[in-house]
Amino acid sequence: MYRYDEFDEAFVRERVAQFSDQVARRLAGDLDEEQFKPLRLQNGVYLQLHAYMLRIAVPYGTLSSRQMRKLAFIARNYDKGYGHFTTRQNLQFNWPALKDVPEILGHLADVEMHAIQTSGNCIRNVTADHFAGVAADEVADPRPYAEILRQWSTIHPEFLFLPRKFKIAVTGADADRAAVRFHDIGLQVKRNEAGELGFAVWIGGGMGRTPMVGYQIRDFLPEADLLAYSEAIVRIYNLYGRRDNKYKARLKILIHEGGAETIAAEIEQEFNEIRYGVLRLPDDEIRRIETYFAAPDYPTRASESVPFKRARLADPAFDRWVGNNVSPHRAPGHAIVTVSLKPIGGVPGNATADQMDAVADIAERFSADEIRVSHEQNLVLPHVALEDVKAVYDALAAAGLATGNAGLVTDIIACPGLDYCALATARSIPVAERISERFGNPERQQEIGPLKIKISGCINACGHHHAGHIGILGLDRKGEEFYQITLGGSGDETASIGEIVGRGFSTDEVVDAVQQIVDTYIVHRESSEESFLAAYRRLGPAPFKEALYGTA
Amino acid sequence: MSDAQAQLPIWKDGSFGADAWVAVSAETELPADPAPILVPLAEFLAEAGRYTARDGDIGVLVGAGEDVHPLVPYLGDLRLIALEFPKFADGRNYSTARLLRERFGYAGELRATGDVLIDQIPLMRRCGIVSFAVKHEPTRRALLAHHSVEVRHYYQPVQSDAEVPAGTRPWARLPAARLPAA
Amino acid sequence: MDIITANRLSDGAVVFLTASGWSTRIAEAQALEGKESVAAALARAAADAEASIIVEPYPVDVERRAQGLTPTKLRERIRAQGPTVGHSKDLHLQVQAA
Ligand code: SF4
Repeated sequence: MYRYDEFDEAFVRERVAQFSDQVARRLAGDLDEEQFKPLRLQNGVYLQLHAYMLRIAVPYGTLSSRQMRKLAFIARNYDKGYGHFTTRQNLQFNWPALKDVPEILGHLADVEMHAIQTSGNCIRNVTADHFAGVAADEVADPRPYAEILRQWSTIHPEFLFLPRKFKIAVTGADADRAAVRFHDIGLQVKRNEAGELGFAVWIGGGMGRTPMVGYQIRDFLPEADLLAYSEAIVRIYNLYGRRDNKYKARLKILIHEGGAETIAAEIEQEFNEIRYGVLRLPDDEIRRIETYFAAPDYPTRASESVPFKRARLADPAFDRWVGNNVSPHRAPGHAIVTVSLKPIGGVPGNATADQMDAVADIAERFSADEIRVSHEQNLVLPHVALEDVKAVYDALAAAGLATGNAGLVTDIIACPGLDYCALATARSIPVAERISERFGNPERQQEIGPLKIKISGCINACGHHHAGHIGILGLDRKGEEFYQITLGGSGDETASIGEIVGRGFSTDEVVDAVQQIVDTYIVHRESSEESFLAAYRRLGPAPFKEALYGTA
Repeated sequence: MSDAQAQLPIWKDGSFGADAWVAVSAETELPADPAPILVPLAEFLAEAGRYTARDGDIGVLVGAGEDVHPLVPYLGDLRLIALEFPKFADGRNYSTARLLRERFGYAGELRATGDVLIDQIPLMRRCGIVSFAVKHEPTRRALLAHHSVEVRHYYQPVQSDAEVPAGTRPWARLPAARLPAA
Repeated sequence: MDIITANRLSDGAVVFLTASGWSTRIAEAQALEGKESVAAALARAAADAEASIIVEPYPVDVERRAQGLTPTKLRERIRAQGPTVGHSKDLHLQVQAA
């Protein structure tokens, strides 16, 4: 993990002091709400439907046990005993008092954490593959680059008042677990033919009102150019992005309206001006930052574990959980464990303070003290010995965290929706809960196979519904909630935007509609090997329309 | 508007001072030499000779989003470039400031005008702006009291005499000396 | 019929304008009939926003139902009563029961 040195430590303390002063000036009336709002947003403080919300940055989704315990402490002492993990690998508290936020930030600084740029029209917290550093299919760990980008973008004096928010994601494998094609800048670490490290670069992806898959601007950008190229992109966006309409202000619209090639040429020209300047990354500095992310010293283990195999045979529930929640690790005899925050019928992404502490304890004992937050609103234990997997499972079960549904139909992503969010047009969580209950039977879920349902409570698409195999968008029709369904979206390396299947459904109808879609898939799939997404891509919408509306 | 604000609108080098620059446009008659004049960018470019022929300092007012590339040949003639921030949340002129200083080597005074607030002044400084037309009363009070809580550890290398490299990271910077706040 | 709602600046709590100030209980909200009384109440609220007591005041359409003043829009009912799901709801019910 990245560790703060004196510079970072001093930086974050000064930032706490700065924001504390801003809060004090707001409470004293020296700043009015209009002036204060961008300042508080740049520090992750929203005013939501019921209260303030504080969004804490979990850079590229990596946490230590100590940090997780601090989050539990804050949940207990400043909130209502729980927190919500988000689709951007952050943690949200729904009930902090503004006057307490400076103190909370002080506690966070004690464990090298902060809430800087988790909101606002600036470069947001950088996200990365939640399996970074341990995935069997990885070219290189994306987190050193994410950390370099985090530093460069933090209080960047030129880029704090962009036309709109700006999101960057980095992945290090062909299998895209970070949805890089749906970011303003998406980076995939790769090697060129000479074996040198660099990036494939996409720009202008995003969800929201006008979802777009990113435009690939570079097949290979040398790693030394990472910051200069990013600065060129953001500068062009800052100068030319629209500011007259917030729904047309993202980079994707500039690219759409200006023409991808024209904008790309502007970016390249700007890049050429600064390429060999101070932003060029020296190789030794990249390698130095990389050492922070070196994997722990794994003891040599056999690639198979007999006790593990026996436990699987003896306990079908454990076996099923392993099948879904345990992924291949690059070190022999080790595994990556996904801790599902999607209990059947529960709120996607929520964890209580006790659960946070439990995960911290488990990570300390069994996962080299490390935890990841995934953009699918789950947690990940990245360094578990196969031999320990059963003990981890038992400990998770004791904390109510052993739901074996990772990647299945009940592993639903849902934004907070109208239960919490001031911008929402409909609720998302109750729909997620009801779908989860409907498909809760483990055998049934297994039969359906990989299926991503994603729910947003308004057009802003924080629940990534455009990228859901089944996407659900909550809207308001004459004071009643209703839900529009899209099919065939995907956030991975085959990125696609879901297509609206037809007219929307009422609260009462929507779960039945999802079931009909799933049943239709089961009937039409070639075999249980053909996933929902593959089947939809082969079949198109016709059979689903027919099932839902009676006519094709 | 307070009296002080009307008479001493410009914050520079640690104190408020008068604004000697006379705003002119294509329609206005030019003041007698050598009064310094401030001309909107488009009008300056349309008729540069009208202004450069005078015997007096010239400044140019650049609106948010205006392209300064055509101004480059004249930069040596300009003693002031005023960058407008129509709303503090409109950040375009932060980029323009850096381009003028770092790309085009503009060495004269760079001023922020418009919605200039205490919390943005440190950012503007880092982008090369050195003087500030300040209307907001709490900002004026805070500047006079030297009350500015800033983050003075920087993760971006900008071109500035006021900052020096810090540690091994090539992008980290610290203030060159502990200057008085703002 | 309208009431005026806002958030308290210091802690964000949802509050309602009463005859004399602000309350976290919708039951204590001042019910307003007619445009003029709404405008007058909003002016009071704006003054309190100016004075850094509350933020973002706005009127909410309500009806008198058996359980008392009830917003007609779902959003405002949720805002007045708390989340309909999850941990906060459970806590909210505990508070109400206590
Ligand atoms: S999608 Fe809409 S409702 Fe959901 S969190 Fe985002 S803004 Fe709120």
